[in-house]
Amino acid sequence: MSLEILTYSFMHRALISGTAIAILCSVVGLFLVLRRYSLFGDAIAHSSFGGIALGLLVGVYPLWTAYGVSIVSALVITKLKDKFNISGDASIAVLLSSGIAIGLVIIGFSGGFTIDIFSFLFGSILLVSVDDTILILSLTGAILIVILLLYRQILYSTFNEEQAKVSGIPVEKINYLIVFMAGITVVTSIQLVGILLISALLVIPNVTAIMYGKGFKFTAIISMSFSVFSVIAGILISYVFDITPAGTIVLLSIGLLAGTMVIKSAGLLSKN
Amino acid sequence: MLKVVEINNLTVQYPDVKALDDVSFVINQGDFLGIIGPNGAGKSTLFDSMLGLNTKYEGTIKFFGKDIRKSKNYLKEIGYVPQKPIFEKNFPVTVNDVVRMGLRNESDENRIDEILQQLWIHELSNRRIGELSGGQQQRVFIAKALVNNPKILILDEPVTGIDQQSIELFYSILRELNSKQKITIIWSSHDLDAVNQLADHVACLNRTLFFHGESKKFFSDDKLIKQYSEASMQEHMHHH
Repeated sequence: MSLEILTYSFMHRALISGTAIAILCSVVGLFLVLRRYSLFGDAIAHSSFGGIALGLLVGVYPLWTAYGVSIVSALVITKLKDKFNISGDASIAVLLSSGIAIGLVIIGFSGGFTIDIFSFLFGSILLVSVDDTILILSLTGAILIVILLLYRQILYSTFNEEQAKVSGIPVEKINYLIVFMAGITVVTSIQLVGILLISALLVIPNVTAIMYGKGFKFTAIISMSFSVFSVIAGILISYVFDITPAGTIVLLSIGLLAGTMVIKSAGLLSKN
Repeated sequence: MLKVVEINNLTVQYPDVKALDDVSFVINQGDFLGIIGPNGAGKSTLFDSMLGLNTKYEGTIKFFGKDIRKSKNYLKEIGYVPQKPIFEKNFPVTVNDVVRMGLRNESDENRIDEILQQLWIHELSNRRIGELSGGQQQRVFIAKALVNNPKILILDEPVTGIDQQSIELFYSILRELNSKQKITIIWSSHDLDAVNQLADHVACLNRTLFFHGESKKFFSDDKLIKQYSEASMQEHMHHH
């Protein structure tokens, strides 16, 4: 591999944004996985499809409309789920299909803009602009700060809602905050792996890290490391071999998961 | 005597059943209160109402003289140990992480070590909670409940599915907390013998309050115990 690719400024932007997104997805995804909300990211991503189509139709930068539509629909579905007692997986199915349906209808009305949509479906990390990079870094920073400040409350209400309530933690507000942060995370990450593979980034490094049997902070650090490794290696490898970065990134993280499973079943990971 | 809890005319009506019917009693500071009653007697409903998890009740509940509908501040003075804490078995938290979740003042690092030592779980500090036995897990949850130095400890039938040795250790911990650290204990239990040995006050609940007073008075009165057993038995048969 020639080191020349590391001198391109688009590659700098891709690696910097990719690293930020890797860390963000790993941290937010850990809470989603532990809340048995693994597919929620997928549902938000699919609902953002409707938002992206809307943006392309009305001529607004599609990610802005995607943020709006995804966050609002995620919060609404969470509210409806509680109010009408809909189960978590069913509410995810509703959110997921309605986003795609809205997107398809809008595309139908506009006569189609398939090329633009394609880059949102599968990501286009090598095309991120300086503005995109700044936005990704600021949103990542903001969410990580919120999580660090509310770390105990978020972890406690994820561990056991009832006990957290008795300890005076505003569990419902925390739940909405997580949904809100998941919305921002997912739409921000669409540029890296696209709508279709987003849940891989949220889920796989965390499922892998949990297997190491460590405490919370260690698990988060392992997950972040695997996530960052997959993203950086994925971007570089895909560029060298001229293949899709999204697919490469996800396959690398699946490789780490498989490797961990092998180590674990060989009994090389102690129980604690 | 300082009243820490005052319950007045507490009634909880569920759609199909009256879970609690006009229950009133007072708990004084330093009391070790055992709440006994058959399944479905309303013990959990009483706790849920006291802890703010159930707000659909008539009557009033006061902690430290203040109506709990008006302020949730009283929760800071309470440590709560649930019947069976529910969590995912592979949830990636250690014993230390769990106790830390309970800690309000996060800078109070030494307090975690201190409480882990007091409850004989210090050597388990870095183990994942899901790997421990029922008795060990229970001590972790007691540690979490005690980490903020609460004035009141509330425990909901906390010995279900725990081995005898751990139960004995658990009882001796409770006794010490009440006698040496002067923590008011409110403890619901099925085990009349244990309540007789540990608690200085007893509340017998069977949707209504059947008896409330000193435990010596209850346990020395054969007629009361017989009445209570019959009522429990009837309730038991009614349920099956």
